[in-house]
Amino acid sequence: MSINWTNYCASGLHDELIGPGGGARVAGRALIRHLSELGSQELGVRQQAAELAIKVMGVTFTVYHEQGGSIDRAWPLDIIPRIISSREWNRIAAGLKQRVGALNHFINDVYHEQRIVKDGIFPLYIIASSRNFRPNCVGINPPQDCWAHICGSDLVRDKDGTVYVLEDNLRVPSGVSYMIENRQVVKRVLPELFENTAILPVDDYPSQLHETLVALSPRRERLPEIVVLTPGIYNSAYFEHSYLARQMGCELVEGRDLAVQDDCVYMQTIHGWTRVDVIYRRIDDDFLDPQSFRADSTLGVPGLMRAWAKGNVALANAPGAGVADDKLVYTYVPDMIRYYLDEDPILPNVPSWRCAEPEQLEHVLAHLDSLVVKPVDGSGGYGMLMGPTASQRERNHFATQLKASPRNFIAQPVITLSTVPTFVDERIEPRHVDLRPFILSGPKTYVTTGGLTRVALREGSLVVNSSQGGGSKDTWIVDIEA
Amino acid sequence: MLSRVAENLYWLSRYLERAENMARLVNVNANLLLDLPPEYRPGWLALIDITGSRELFDAREKRGEERDVVHFLIADLDNPGSILSSVSFARENARTLRDVLPNEVWEHMNELFMEIKEKLPAALSKRSRFHFLQRIIRGMQTLTGELEGTMSRNDAFTLLMLGRNLERADMTSRIIDVRSAQLLPADAPGFQPFETIQWLNLLKSLSGYQMYRLSQRTRVSRSAVLEFVLRDLQFPRACLFCLKEVEHFLRALPRSAGVLGSLEGACSFLDRATLETLDQPGLHELIDRLQVHFIVVHEGIAETYFPPSAGSSGLQVQFSSEEHQKMPLSSGAAAI
Repeated sequence: MSINWTNYCASGLHDELIGPGGGARVAGRALIRHLSELGSQELGVRQQAAELAIKVMGVTFTVYHEQGGSIDRAWPLDIIPRIISSREWNRIAAGLKQRVGALNHFINDVYHEQRIVKDGIFPLYIIASSRNFRPNCVGINPPQDCWAHICGSDLVRDKDGTVYVLEDNLRVPSGVSYMIENRQVVKRVLPELFENTAILPVDDYPSQLHETLVALSPRRERLPEIVVLTPGIYNSAYFEHSYLARQMGCELVEGRDLAVQDDCVYMQTIHGWTRVDVIYRRIDDDFLDPQSFRADSTLGVPGLMRAWAKGNVALANAPGAGVADDKLVYTYVPDMIRYYLDEDPILPNVPSWRCAEPEQLEHVLAHLDSLVVKPVDGSGGYGMLMGPTASQRERNHFATQLKASPRNFIAQPVITLSTVPTFVDERIEPRHVDLRPFILSGPKTYVTTGGLTRVALREGSLVVNSSQGGGSKDTWIVDIEA
Repeated sequence: MLSRVAENLYWLSRYLERAENMARLVNVNANLLLDLPPEYRPGWLALIDITGSRELFDAREKRGEERDVVHFLIADLDNPGSILSSVSFARENARTLRDVLPNEVWEHMNELFMEIKEKLPAALSKRSRFHFLQRIIRGMQTLTGELEGTMSRNDAFTLLMLGRNLERADMTSRIIDVRSAQLLPADAPGFQPFETIQWLNLLKSLSGYQMYRLSQRTRVSRSAVLEFVLRDLQFPRACLFCLKEVEHFLRALPRSAGVLGSLEGACSFLDRATLETLDQPGLHELIDRLQVHFIVVHEGIAETYFPPSAGSSGLQVQFSSEEHQKMPLSSGAAAI
């Protein structure tokens, strides 16, 4: 049975593949033609093949289980890809590089002279009240003055087609391994498409990451010892930690494998203790070193901060980089770009109200039924108020919270995320998506080809987080001129 | 290689080998029971003793009938030595080892684990049990082949081989012990005709009948079979062969002098044993003492290469020297 796209209803939405008239957008023409030829039944067969491949490949993510344990779930992938033309992507990639460049300037400035505060661009109170500002990072000079070597920024497209940056994840962003594995799976189940379309490859990331990490090594004379530091097997992103270690050919360590001696870091191996040069850590600051941060952390390494501060080991991302991973700080990123780079921002922020500023708070309180309210340090889509769909009680509850701790919230208009055709219950229907590209900073800046597209599988839902029933899609950057 | 990873590799390999051998153990007992006249059938409880899990089993307050024992050995997750537990532990360990195991091996392992869990109910029915156990044995053998064929001969491979061979030696000794279970009255009147059947069965359970024939060229006899399964240097499931493999791989590791000393002790103990004159209780005791040697070698490996035990799993080796009480299967899951 062939697919009838006239029934595909994305009215009032921006669909990434189907234009307003019901015809395929240029970059997606070959795909739409191919899907129509396949028909929905065959598409179902391919979808099942993809799910089987994911199971066999062991691509999983971990969800915490009610009974205190945790379970491995097969990674949810919808096989219909999301397509962006290379011309549009080049502009987005340039915007991301610009943005992360400014953010790294900002973090370095925050831990040094704080020029941006002195020049009146950025208010001091935000730093003073930041949960992720680390006083023990002040004055430290990490290699290349770079703090956020790995950044995952979330992009959304509104119904008018504009791409916005929704947030920048500068602590331990995850998802890149799924981006690569999604491509592997889709290549397996839709191979004929790759023969006829110029789809840019995505699997360059691990070697780029490795290069970024090598450049951080404090010792130049030999091959540096690089490790990936994971909280352990029950972390929801453990699959990714293991995946990246494997792809880069380096050890996947836990805190208990490491020890600090004479302000140098060593790992325990069958040969005895071996010096470590660079740690790609996937543990939050709080748990990194019980001597510097949370004393009850068993995941970290006592003395690690001292070793890092002395420059004997490199940490990526640097401790303290999370100061910029704050949605109130986010509202200043366009200002940072102008201030540090003297450029106009290429990618816009989602318009945001700072609840910390009294007039803006007033506006937010008066328009709670049309706004989204977000905690400044939240992630995973938790702790938000979706004004239009919330009950009056929920809105009242949030109003109380907003008045009590305005610093902790920002508000934004509801963005009607763009949609992509998605295979649901034997049919193709529009579902909302976002996009998380990853940006590597070092001697040079690298942006992934596309990123991880997350899709809200429930009809009408805007929540794409995999912990809350979201799925994912392969993301194609297609060179249509070729 | 990280000490913790070394420990996980070693245990992964032990658990895989254990699952396979547990399948062999159950199969050999089932076959044996079919071959023996009713008055000599040793029943199933012997398997509980041989795997050192009497206490655990007694706590179940089951009658010790076939169904109870088979369920306990195959599917009981509270029995750390059951096939299901071994497979689960192996998978937990493998999950932490994806960066060192070849991808194909991981994929196959994953497939096999899923299949075992799925088909478990079949294992509990008498009719389909043999096939299920056969599938496990074949699956594990395939994994072994994939490791041989795709994995570099690096430290990770060495650790896998150490675990496999030590576990195999231990399990072979336990499978031999099925024959020396007290319930089997070797000198009972009228039993002699069945004596040969038992040893034949033992060889078959180790996939060793053909190889025995090729190497021994004599009729199947007790002392010749014992010689073969304990001391043969060519048959890969014979205890001494396994120990020599352990020695070979230990030599590839740094700092192995201490463990090699313990290993030498185990080998010379086996070498010196006089098998021809051994009666049933004597064989039983020999195997007990042999297993103590295995534990000493294991402890040497653990002390030299693994993280201090505070960091590892709470399941520790409990050796009891009490008479007729077998030591339980040692375990060391991924320390999580």
